[in-house]
Amino acid sequence: MKYVDEFRAAETAQRYVREIERIVSRSWTIMEICGGQTHAIIKHGIDRLLPQCISLLHGPGCPVCITSAGVIDTAIELARRENVIFCSFGDMVRVPGSTGDLLSAKAAGADLRIVYSPLDSLRIARDNPQREVVFFAIGFETTAPAIAVTVQQAKQAGLRNYSILSALALVPPAIEAILSAGGNTIDGFLAAGHVCTVMGYWEYEPLAAKYRVPVVVTGFEPLDILQGMHMITAQLERGAAEVQNQYSRVVTREGNRPAQQLMNDVFRVVARNWRGIGEIKNSGLVLNNDYQVFDAGHRFGLSHHQVAEDTRCISGLVLQGRKKPPECAMFGTVCTPERPLGATMVSAEGACAAFYRYRPGGGDKSQVTKQEM
Amino acid sequence: MCLAVPGKLIGIRGDDPLTRSGKVDFGGIIKEINLAFVPEAREGDYVLVHAGIALGLVDEKEAARVFQYLEEIYSGDARGEK
Repeated sequence: MKYVDEFRAAETAQRYVREIERIVSRSWTIMEICGGQTHAIIKHGIDRLLPQCISLLHGPGCPVCITSAGVIDTAIELARRENVIFCSFGDMVRVPGSTGDLLSAKAAGADLRIVYSPLDSLRIARDNPQREVVFFAIGFETTAPAIAVTVQQAKQAGLRNYSILSALALVPPAIEAILSAGGNTIDGFLAAGHVCTVMGYWEYEPLAAKYRVPVVVTGFEPLDILQGMHMITAQLERGAAEVQNQYSRVVTREGNRPAQQLMNDVFRVVARNWRGIGEIKNSGLVLNNDYQVFDAGHRFGLSHHQVAEDTRCISGLVLQGRKKPPECAMFGTVCTPERPLGATMVSAEGACAAFYRYRPGGGDKSQVTKQEM
Repeated sequence: MCLAVPGKLIGIRGDDPLTRSGKVDFGGIIKEINLAFVPEAREGDYVLVHAGIALGLVDEKEAARVFQYLEEIYSGDARGEK
């Protein structure tokens, strides 16, 4: 496939690895924000190709992983209602809330439909005017425009049986939360290319300056990630803290203006509770007052509740890059993708699931004692 | 979740800004994709698609940069500019 296959060329990857080896002079810790990048790094073994002194931390960029158990409980409660067709992305249906998951609710009779696009849920609403159709709107800035265009179309069509349960979250406030927390060891960030396709990267410039960390907006194919690693290593070696754009084939500094415009029209920014991390100010999106009629919380008179999470699960520490999955005593024994304790083991992009799938024995290079080169 | 896939736009339908859509070919798999956020997209363009929505166009010239970057490093070295 064009724009995919050529970015996996092994020989070019080896050249990048050699170039990184040549310029690196000491230990650096780099966090990739996005779960899609985590998955690509572990799947293609990029962490093992890189010099020993470059440690990778896996960030909180997995919307499935950070959706709170309380919101999942609300989703299950809605799905169980007699007249509701509950639509969700497939990634979400096996993530445990406090008492169960959506797939179990389906097994018990709930009308749960897995959709590829929120626009599919709109079609279901049109085809079932006598039923209430609710879409579970999870995702970051990458997904928010799709939700916005769907809700806007629902409004234009005058649909009265459609609503969304929003768990949409924003990435830059979470990065700032990680950077401002004491004791973080992160020297640089790979920013998520598809979030930046929508939002651009100007938001990262004040963060890079304030916390003196380089940020490189990076794509998802092996060569993208390796070039991003080279760019960030080069910045670290010369003491720079700039925002650079590796993924320029789709990302501009300003991002996609029409998408941002529609998001501004449809959503307002609120605080969001991130699973395993806690509340982060200004890190969530919900429908604004003009679109309240499409807000499932409003329509069904729901109140969000906080629930306790499984204390054996360290996914919050994993999401903040403070622990690696194999460091968890439950990893691969008590906690598996079939019987997950936390969301990071369920989602295909969760760090625990990536390690379980590609490194069942653990085998994370960065567990080896760091060597100064 | 933030997976987005590039595909070739092979047909455009409608002109309403919100519902304009197109057939996109992903290496042989063809899907109908919403084009609300890429008003500039024309047939033959490559669009980046997430959850049924095109988020942007793929810039062919910029796509070559991942290969040029290495050459630039080497030529920088050759000129002693490293």
